Amino acid sequence: MTRTMTLGKAINAGLRTAMEDDPKVILMGEDIGRLGGVFRVTDGLQKDFGEDRVIDTPLAESGIIGTAIGLALRGYRPVCEIQFDGFVYPAYDQIVSQLAKMHYRSAGRLTLPVTIRLPFGGGIGAVEHHSESPEAYFAHTAGLKVVACSSPAEANVMIRQAIASDDPVIFLEPKRRYHEKGEVDPEISVEGAFPLHASRVLREGTDCTVVAYGPMVRVAMDAAAAAASESGPSLEVIDLRSLSPLDMDPIFTSVRKTGRMVVVHEAPGTLGLGSELAARVQEECFYSLEAPVLRATGFDTPYPPARVEEHYLPDLDRVLDAVDRCLAH
Amino acid sequence: MAWCRGVDPVRILGTFRGNDQGGWDPADHNFQLYTIVIGAQTLHATGYAMGIAKDGRVGGDDPAKDEAAIVYFGDGATSQGDVNEAFIWSSVFTAPVVFFCQNNQYAISEPLERQTRVPLYQRASGFGFPGVRVDGNDVLATYAVTQDALNKARGGEGPSLIEAYTYRMGAHTTNDDPTKYRIASEVESWKLKDPIARMKSFLIRQQVADNDYFDSVKADADALAAKLRADCLSMPEPAPDSIFDHVYPHGSPELDAQRATFTRYLDSFADAPAGGHR
Repeated sequence: MTRTMTLGKAINAGLRTAMEDDPKVILMGEDIGRLGGVFRVTDGLQKDFGEDRVIDTPLAESGIIGTAIGLALRGYRPVCEIQFDGFVYPAYDQIVSQLAKMHYRSAGRLTLPVTIRLPFGGGIGAVEHHSESPEAYFAHTAGLKVVACSSPAEANVMIRQAIASDDPVIFLEPKRRYHEKGEVDPEISVEGAFPLHASRVLREGTDCTVVAYGPMVRVAMDAAAAAASESGPSLEVIDLRSLSPLDMDPIFTSVRKTGRMVVVHEAPGTLGLGSELAARVQEECFYSLEAPVLRATGFDTPYPPARVEEHYLPDLDRVLDAVDRCLAH
Repeated sequence: MAWCRGVDPVRILGTFRGNDQGGWDPADHNFQLYTIVIGAQTLHATGYAMGIAKDGRVGGDDPAKDEAAIVYFGDGATSQGDVNEAFIWSSVFTAPVVFFCQNNQYAISEPLERQTRVPLYQRASGFGFPGVRVDGNDVLATYAVTQDALNKARGGEGPSLIEAYTYRMGAHTTNDDPTKYRIASEVESWKLKDPIARMKSFLIRQQVADNDYFDSVKADADALAAKLRADCLSMPEPAPDSIFDHVYPHGSPELDAQRATFTRYLDSFADAPAGGHR
């Protein structure tokens, strides 16, 4: 049975299910208890599961991840909320030097099923450090898995899959989509759902493949709809979903059909996910490509002040501009 | 503090309006930009103070030439590694820095007990420098302990920690909802300790200010508020390509190329019908 809910509520419902299913699942973060998180994603969970399982932590991100590692070593399954993307860096050392590498260090004896929930991306008119897209730092680190949800239905099942995973998972939440609504099936099982580390064709098309993830999936879908309504190019939209590991087969299949690819993300272009996708597509689909792979991304600048962020963020026009340039070849 | 350092409040509002990320020149006011990432600034102040000491500007023959740094942060920040590292560095290098903790008892929703089991000022002794708690709603007492700590730092006695005990009367941000985590009577009791009202009654009792004075202060404040509202609303929209300004002191050919491409892209809309995409 599906229900209509916002993306934020869908994550809330997913956390609730995971906590009901496994008493070892605990939530940790700043202001996640009584306040329910600054985005209210954990609203009501402390009331229902108690302060032992929904823990308001001291204001120290390195401490959140470091102690989550210890709790995981003791058999718990911590789900950490980092309040904003720009506040994850104090925890960066614990994430890349410890969390990512302990399974390798222990020759497979230790697993660290820690989920790090990270509201990411811009578009909410915030001050500095509240609109970052740090995904490439984590995707570059072996031992971590990195996923991004793009809709309420995906958010609900992907958070449950991330928590059930024995890997450390960076779970990217598109914060500007928290209030967007969609149909959610909270009953669908973690095993029966679409796999966590798989990319997905959301819209079929014939002229150009557009790959996006997180908040940009909506933009890519809108661009495809706009192009179709104006008898423009037919765009095939793929939601990448898993940023590490990458699931390339659906992308290769699509590019062999369309001959063209545009990658869209908010993060700066240089060494972003688009770089890796372009490299892999030219390695595998070189003779199918009719044009270079192009990217519509944030610029190689710090995230700008809010009043100019609309110019920084790829939008429908920027995506269609890249598509046009791709098709002009 | 920005006001005391002569920073135009409009410049600060510009940051929260989303016009810039700190529009004033720190060197003009000896007032640094906001770091926003909690507690990061304590290390910067410590390093700056180490520089003051290296320059020989502490404990000199002419105290008027001595310098010190002071850094402000909240109770929540005391949990951060950076703040604790700043305490260590300032202590072992006898840096002329004053740590001023505005303990308003809440880090957004989390009460002080989530950050500490001992009064915060007592932390200083573990790091090897003096700590003092002051009634943060007592203007003159706060001024006195700050001046004393700064004088000690300037004189070469190293860092100190001031814990100014106060209360956050309102919400943390417009997104916050304090009714979820604290009771109304607590807020009411702190209303009675309003530092401005207390200062006013002190001045009246000391007979050093009369109603004319308070009326003029109120008129000045009202005029300033009206000016700030007007200036804030009339802030010019930043140019779209300002995104590319000041990434590097001497620019970068790559960014110049990105700016040029972006400008050509924006220009391509010149003939587009209003309201629609291309």
